[in-house]
Amino acid sequence: MSAATATAVTGPALPHPYRVASRRVDTADTVTVELIPQAAPLPAFAPGQFAMLTAFGIGEVPISLSGLPDPCDGPARLTHTLRAVGAVTRALHAAAPGTVIGVRGPFGTSWDVPSAAGHDVVIVAGGIGLAPVRPVLQAVLAERSRYGEIVLLVGARTPADLLYPDELRRWTAGGVQVGVTVDQPADGWTGHVGVVPALIPAARFDPARSVAFVCGPEVMMRFTARALLDRGVPADRLRVSLERNMRCGLGWCGHCQLGPLLLCRDGPVVDYAHAEPLMTVREL
Amino acid sequence: MTDDLHSRVARLPFFAELSQAHLGQLCAAGQPISYRAGERIFTEGDAAERFWLIETGSATLDLRVPGRGDQVIETLVEGSVLGWSWLHPPYRWQFGAVAREALGTVVFDGVSVRERCDADPAFGYAMLRLFTPVITERLHATRLRLLDLYATPDQAGPS
Repeated sequence: MSAATATAVTGPALPHPYRVASRRVDTADTVTVELIPQAAPLPAFAPGQFAMLTAFGIGEVPISLSGLPDPCDGPARLTHTLRAVGAVTRALHAAAPGTVIGVRGPFGTSWDVPSAAGHDVVIVAGGIGLAPVRPVLQAVLAERSRYGEIVLLVGARTPADLLYPDELRRWTAGGVQVGVTVDQPADGWTGHVGVVPALIPAARFDPARSVAFVCGPEVMMRFTARALLDRGVPADRLRVSLERNMRCGLGWCGHCQLGPLLLCRDGPVVDYAHAEPLMTVREL
Repeated sequence: MTDDLHSRVARLPFFAELSQAHLGQLCAAGQPISYRAGERIFTEGDAAERFWLIETGSATLDLRVPGRGDQVIETLVEGSVLGWSWLHPPYRWQFGAVAREALGTVVFDGVSVRERCDADPAFGYAMLRLFTPVITERLHATRLRLLDLYATPDQAGPS
């Protein structure tokens, strides 16, 4: 292959080299990394969109954006929160600052945060699902006056599994209505115990003028959506983030098909009016 | 019963489906009561003769585990009903309950309500319709937690 031919290899299937600029340990199995481009940066990501991250020689995984770029750092810096559950995420989890990894994207639909302007914002997250909705909260807080009440309800397995505890405290101090619950309390835990949908009835927001953003395990999202619908949030203003086996990110390979949707292209963010009929179909 | 109690109870969404007549019967067995943070409301194994509607604050349900003390299993917040062991034999608390913070409630005499249910089946049916969803919701929540949805495959163990 000539040099001229090699430089012509481009396109959305080609990983771009990014360097791990920082790595923060969030929990025993979760880290948040900041990535900076080693060459031309990828287009800007919107909250809700995901990247395909490559651990070279091991594989590629879809990981949602978990933070907006700091204006001081420029728009090219990417923030992702990773949980080590398989070979690729274990390698990415272990990547020290300076390590170069591959990034493709941005892929998929966004949370469309600006469309919630003028409404109360209700964010419900379970487990690692807090990571993809963190940019929603950051975007809303960056333009606080455009939104009504802001509610963040978070469920975790144990207190030690809670993501971003410092930020949860800061958001609370900043006027966000934060509710946290755990399934399994540890000794000394004085917070709420139970499932996250149980926090919804007592949260202060106006259902008729709210937009809800829900992210977590699919069963948790179904029960959360039911509780939000029971409160009166319209299904078309209730958004969930769905995940299947994302591979190409471009709607080419079909691995992430969910009924009529290719979730890498038509998701991951889907409004519940469309998602609900698909979420209970076995083997879809 | 006072008009004040009747209007307080009528404001609570939990009782929204009750007719005025049934609400009156229920309120005849109710009175407001408050608890300090940390105060025990009832103890596992004791006779279950009352139930509470939480107006403000929250309470925890707990279970005594030998060697581990009182383990919190669930938190109940404002608008929730605390206690349904008064409704069915053996009329004993299956769990304990503690005020997690300052707690404002309306407490109802379960024995009296039970007698009214027996004497007036329509009232009894209305009460069952109120309490069955509470029991169902708690069952759903328990099942969700049994699924251990936030666990990694390693944490969840073999399927």
